[in-house]
Amino acid sequence: MQQVFKRPASLMDVQTHFCPGCQHGTIHRIVAEALDEHGLRDRTIGCASVGCSVFLYSYFDIDVVESPHGRASAVATGVKRARPESIVFTYQGDGDLAAIGTSEIIHAANRGEDITVIFVNNTTYGMTGGQMAPTTLVGQKTSTTPYGRNQSKDGAPLKMAELLSNLDGVAFSARVAVNDPRNLIDARKQISRAFRYQAEGKGFSFIEALSACPTNWGMNPLQANARVGAELIPYFPVGVFKNVHNL
Amino acid sequence: MQARKFVKGNEAVAMAAIEAGCRHYFGYPITPQSDIPEYLAREFPALGGEFIQAESEIASINMLLGASACGVRAMTSSSGPGISLKQEGISYMAGSELPGVIVDICRQGPGLGGIDASQADYFQATRGGGHGGYRIIVLAPASVQEMYDLTMLAFDLSDIYRMPAMVFADAVIGQMKEAIIPNPRPAATLPAKDWVVRGRKEGTEQRVVKSLKLGDGEMEAFHWQMHERYHELQEKESRWEEFETADATLVVTAFGSAARIAKSAVMAAREAGMKVGLLRPITLFPFPAKAYHDLTGRCRKILDIELSTGQMIDDVRLSVQPGTEIDFYGRPPGAGSLPTPEEIFEQIKNALLIFTNLSPFTRF
Ligand SMILES: Cc1ncc(C[n+]2csc(CCOP(=O)(O)OP(=O)(O)O)c2C)c(N)n1
Ligand code: SF4
Ligand SMILES: [Mg+2]
Repeated sequence: MQQVFKRPASLMDVQTHFCPGCQHGTIHRIVAEALDEHGLRDRTIGCASVGCSVFLYSYFDIDVVESPHGRASAVATGVKRARPESIVFTYQGDGDLAAIGTSEIIHAANRGEDITVIFVNNTTYGMTGGQMAPTTLVGQKTSTTPYGRNQSKDGAPLKMAELLSNLDGVAFSARVAVNDPRNLIDARKQISRAFRYQAEGKGFSFIEALSACPTNWGMNPLQANARVGAELIPYFPVGVFKNVHNL
Repeated sequence: MQARKFVKGNEAVAMAAIEAGCRHYFGYPITPQSDIPEYLAREFPALGGEFIQAESEIASINMLLGASACGVRAMTSSSGPGISLKQEGISYMAGSELPGVIVDICRQGPGLGGIDASQADYFQATRGGGHGGYRIIVLAPASVQEMYDLTMLAFDLSDIYRMPAMVFADAVIGQMKEAIIPNPRPAATLPAKDWVVRGRKEGTEQRVVKSLKLGDGEMEAFHWQMHERYHELQEKESRWEEFETADATLVVTAFGSAARIAKSAVMAAREAGMKVGLLRPITLFPFPAKAYHDLTGRCRKILDIELSTGQMIDDVRLSVQPGTEIDFYGRPPGAGSLPTPEEIFEQIKNALLIFTNLSPFTRF
């Protein structure tokens, strides 16, 4: 009998702590598949961030360095400069990368560090209980925007994939979603591409992955998944914003 | 023998880092330490080193964390406001048991303060500085030669004890020029770095560098383990200089730039026939408590001199034998506030005149 579906070797065979319907798990899986596909696992170093994905090392069967909240792209810079032969990626939430870590991500990207950044945008601070994130949609209710995000006071949600694609140091920038089969297949393709960029030494690659957070959105998994398509994608369009080497 | 070189304190730090095998430097400009990144930016390319002028001190300490997790010798340097920004990263490094050298060429504060010498960051340096109840190794050079020697020592101690080490000087020591002998890196027995991340090869164990400790009792055990390590440091690595202490009635104590000035005053006092000595801590953490304890069995009084309103004096009080009198003379940081040897000479004279026999706690 032929096995047609299995756990990627880069993922451990354990249960995750993610809530039902959370898409961090799906994104973990796709990243692991990309590492397997390019045969990178044994030279990959992951830089975990602070957020619901803090246990990166409990799920990825790779070496991992923990980073302070928001600093993963600076930590990854240090790792890559010390071990240029390694494949280095960060895995950061939207609070982590687009609020407290904005300076670090912009400058790592602008230096064109040869790393891959996986940015998980779930429009909220998952781990701390659903506060407003820099990506929270206008009008979205969170525990710190009980009347909805007010653009005139809180600003508009940051579009990181587009923003970073404007920097000369960025070689590849794409936004993906995992809410339906078509988007999932495309997410696989883009994440694989992002790691190919690094494997071939072609520069900084950035993936923004839209992700459902049923718990803090106050929805069940199906509703939350539906929200990704109905509300997130219209504001955060999926697609490739930069692909300088046409990989 | 190495040829003598006439260099600035900050340059000596950079030269020593290179000699110690450091090829990774991450920094952000701030006076009075910028000669360090400038020197390394110039010298590293030919040596295959990695120099990054980071976007902030926060980024640079985290680059240090990442590089250090890979096992390379790495350094950052800064001063006052920048050292404050590094504290988060230093705390994570301590929690992750990562080595790494941080050079602090102190300036005045609080806030933007000013760029003159100060010793008012003694507490920040010796009490850990960030959150979580950790300590780091703190070395206090008092000459350009020591800037060189102690920077190399900082790398070794940091690797041996797996904790960040700080070279703690100030604008005076960082900016002045002296002749030094750039000695070759001393031999040291260093533990294998069998914990570094390197990419998990099939059949080898996964390695994780982290500070998160959620297991039942895990963090408590870690704190006791750190406590033990600090104790071991105190036993094995306390360093200090004694000058004319054998028959001294009064022992002046000071570190770094204040100790240089104090030494001149002590020499003048000796010439004038006063029985005065100097005790200069070289390691501020571990604090050389034993030296104070032993000396205070022999001398009658300690005169503590600091470029602050008194911070090291807390450690002096904890180290001396009960009943020892402690006088204090402080010049808090500021332009024009560096004491002269004559000024300290007067303090020595006064201290010798008045023995109050009061408890040190009522004196200050
Ligand atoms: C310096 C600092 N500030 C605040 C926190 C608390 N904190 C932990 S996770 C987090 C936000 C996580 O949100 P995000 O990055 O979006 O990740 P998610 O959990 O949504 O995946 C915050 C604010 C912290 N750990 N450190
Ligand atoms: S809180 Fe949200 S992001 Fe965190 S695990 Fe639960 S669903 Fe996922
Ligand atoms: Mg989030």
